[in-house]
Amino acid sequence: MNAIALEASFALNVALLLMLVAIAAAIAWTRSLVAAILLMGVYSLASAVWLVVMDAADVAFTEAVVGAGVSTVVLLGATLLVRPGPVRVDWRRAIAPAVLVVGVGALLVLAVSGLASFGDPSSPANAHVGRSYLVETPNDIGIPNVVTAVLASYRGFDTLGETVVIFAAGIGVALMLGFGPRSSLPQPPVQPGEHHVVLRVTARLLIPLIILFAFYVLFHGDLGAGGGFQAGVILAVAPILHALVFGLHATTAAIPAGFVRGVAALGVLVFAGVGVVCMANGGGFLDYDRLFMPRVEAMIPPGLLGDPTHSHNWGQHFGILLVEVGVLLTVSSTMVTIFYGFAGRATHDVGSAR
Amino acid sequence: MTLFEAIYVTPPALTAQAPILVVAGPLIGASAAALSPGARTAWMVSVLTAAFALWMSVAVVTEVAREGVVDYALGGFAPPLGIALRIDALGATLALLIASVGLLGALYSGHALSSEVYPGKHGLFQAGYLLCLAGFLGLVFTGDAFNAFVFLEVSSIGTYALVAVGEARDRRALPAAFNYLIFGTVGATFYVLGVGFLYGATGTLNLVDMSVRLAALGDNFAVQAGLAFIVAGLGVKAAIFPLHGWLPGAYAGAPSLVSVFLAATATKSAIYLIVRFVFDVFPTGGFGQTFLALIVAPLAAAAAIVCSVQAIFEKEVRRILAFSSVAQVGFIMLGISLATTGGLSAGVFYLVAHALMKGALFMGVGALAISVKARTVEEFYGLGREAPWSAAAFAVGAASLAGVPLTMGFLAKWSLIAGALEAGALWVVATLAVGSLLTLVYVGRLLEAMFFRAPLPGATRAHEAPFGVLVPLLVMAGLSVWFGVDSSLPESLSRASATGLIGSAR
Amino acid sequence: MNFVVTHFNYLAVIVLMMTGLYVLFATGNLIKRMIGLALFQTSTALLYISLGKVAGGTAAIKIYPDSPEAQALAAQLDPAYVAQFGVSGVVYSNPLPHVLILTAIVVGVATLAVGLSIAVRIREAYGTIEADEIEAVRAREPGE
Repeated sequence: MNAIALEASFALNVALLLMLVAIAAAIAWTRSLVAAILLMGVYSLASAVWLVVMDAADVAFTEAVVGAGVSTVVLLGATLLVRPGPVRVDWRRAIAPAVLVVGVGALLVLAVSGLASFGDPSSPANAHVGRSYLVETPNDIGIPNVVTAVLASYRGFDTLGETVVIFAAGIGVALMLGFGPRSSLPQPPVQPGEHHVVLRVTARLLIPLIILFAFYVLFHGDLGAGGGFQAGVILAVAPILHALVFGLHATTAAIPAGFVRGVAALGVLVFAGVGVVCMANGGGFLDYDRLFMPRVEAMIPPGLLGDPTHSHNWGQHFGILLVEVGVLLTVSSTMVTIFYGFAGRATHDVGSAR
Repeated sequence: MTLFEAIYVTPPALTAQAPILVVAGPLIGASAAALSPGARTAWMVSVLTAAFALWMSVAVVTEVAREGVVDYALGGFAPPLGIALRIDALGATLALLIASVGLLGALYSGHALSSEVYPGKHGLFQAGYLLCLAGFLGLVFTGDAFNAFVFLEVSSIGTYALVAVGEARDRRALPAAFNYLIFGTVGATFYVLGVGFLYGATGTLNLVDMSVRLAALGDNFAVQAGLAFIVAGLGVKAAIFPLHGWLPGAYAGAPSLVSVFLAATATKSAIYLIVRFVFDVFPTGGFGQTFLALIVAPLAAAAAIVCSVQAIFEKEVRRILAFSSVAQVGFIMLGISLATTGGLSAGVFYLVAHALMKGALFMGVGALAISVKARTVEEFYGLGREAPWSAAAFAVGAASLAGVPLTMGFLAKWSLIAGALEAGALWVVATLAVGSLLTLVYVGRLLEAMFFRAPLPGATRAHEAPFGVLVPLLVMAGLSVWFGVDSSLPESLSRASATGLIGSAR
Repeated sequence: MNFVVTHFNYLAVIVLMMTGLYVLFATGNLIKRMIGLALFQTSTALLYISLGKVAGGTAAIKIYPDSPEAQALAAQLDPAYVAQFGVSGVVYSNPLPHVLILTAIVVGVATLAVGLSIAVRIREAYGTIEADEIEAVRAREPGE
């Protein structure tokens, strides 16, 4: 094992992990709920940095967007609705959990001794199926980002399940909190955007850029870090920003809640539909090599991706793109549904001054 | 399973794809239900999808009867690179059970929902229901450890929201749903932790590949801890004592349809996965079975006795049924922990029997609750005369639970005791005897209240449930009697499941 | 002591998981419980990622063998090591745990959203989100 490459990043790894432990301890200690939520956001961001050090670029992107972004927004939204006081600390209540936690922790330390050393390339985890993906992806699928290849193709069924989980969460929040501003609420007399010119102008500039960036991340997922999940959450930021500046009523007038829920269902249908088309063409479910019928595939111009001499697995390329689009549709619309649910529950419109 | 070998329910091309259609069908149906314009359309979508899933499950069962094991590689990639479905007799049995209950539940939901859920939300409710169905079916078919987690969460997230919807009838559904979410997510995370240890030790997630590598590995703390965390995590979902804290509140507060579905499928699929890991993935006779015998079996015995006693002292009918479920799961785990063909077969038979009888009981409570509150035992007085058909179905389920001859419950208890005697585990026989006696007490209380007591003065008069609710209820209750008289179908399925698991030399 | 160095990541992850579990069980505030749950879930993810790290590896995005990046990476490592553990001249970290954790993070946020929406409804129905106060309300009206 090469000591040089290991040491520099190892020191960074240790430092970041210690930072995470400190933040976690602070979360456990603090009595203010808002402080705990913001610390949780910091924790997510720090773990995103740690993930980059661990060579997990896609995961870092997702953690930053989903963990530091969506989780913090949803937690703050819930806290706004609930208006709690400081968290009460009861020392007697903490004894049993402390004992349990120490016990389970000791068991885990014992268990961890049976695992290979950190960074060992010959460990069972790294030498078997994980390595096969690295070796086989250029032949089977032909895209540079192996993580996307595994996510969307080799283990595409897992990703379908994950998309369905997001869809289920959207249904759950819609069942619990309803579908947007309660019609009985009066419209606030003045929208915030009326007063704050800077907000209005900046939002109008940013929203199209955000949408553009989301699509960039989607299409770029094959080549670098990115993909449907990250793109979906970024795309959802656009309507959320619009609602924060121009008021929830304006946003739901432009993008109705029912439409958004429909798009979520559509995303799942697109993903499952790709699988069914592959079955209809004689392959298995989600077998992208059978996505196109042979005569359709023959019609694809060989120079589509720039190099006419290099053969491509067109089925895989288009299959991955289509399922990522399905994921984008479901993730973005579910995030907007969740926002509509929380924001619509407030007794005043979200954008107004309190 | 010779019963199934000669049956062909689908053309050959469709049979080859049946395994995935069982799971993909409800997923697509759920999206369609979410897009449906009205409550009526959503209900039709739900019923058609559940019927399709059942049809495909029967096709898979026939295929398994012929081939022994059915494999399906997803994405066209062979495992361990790709995810594979792997269905043996046990998986096929459970899929048949889940799909049947799913269809009966979907039919039942037509009228039962309107009294318990706000009208505008029916479409979303049906979508959530179908997602749960898809999740459990996927869980039971998958041959990949992490894929099992994904489908576990698909079913669970739907369930948390569906339980919380019960707040229209009883606001205690909300803290119960929250509790269930916390417990359930901790359980799922423990499962993921366990799978992480197994992955670290073997390098693969495919269950067959994993079992091959584990056999070569021998004793290793990481592997043993992996199994412990997997069983603990799944134990929360299966409501194994003492991890069952979420169950009474959730069953009591949820809409009746959801309680039916939960009681019949949620705990059963978690038990399935435990059996799969202990008997299939881990080497035969090794650490897995030791763990079951030393840790799970005593806890199961405690459940059988303690929770039956708790059921006796409960005042609300749904809570009585809930504690009863935890006790019955104890019975099932006792049979499974015997680790013999007889014990395992008895455990699976009891699992099916319990799903059917609890399903009938909760459906019965729901049917009665359409016209009266029907919450406490006192509110059950005299219902036998006012709503005879619903009460009769409820009584059949109760009789099966108590183990009255001519019901499936009786045969289930009998085979458990026979299995225990065969394995020489006399303490299990004693536990079963005591547990059954305690069951008789609370079941007797319920039946006495319904048939031998006059209604309380000033109580609303109940009337019979509508036809659409009565039919699935009577079918569910009828199955307990049918299989009590002629148990060849479930018997052959359980036998095949057990021999498939223990008979395999690995 | 060597054990602590070679398994440092796993030990740190254990501490994080246990902190999350402690926050979950020691507090009665429903929202703080969800935070503890989120902490517990994301820490489990860190375990998987630590399993997948390969010393001297880089992110699992293909780097062409003749490109400057590949040469810069190869310069830092022992050629025999690259030959044994690399793929086409570059050493990568294991991509499989990354895929699994992507799924786990998404599942985690889905659970968080549903849990918080239930907590909001509890506040509306019971007027509080402290578990013992909810118990008190329920004890006062047993037959609600």
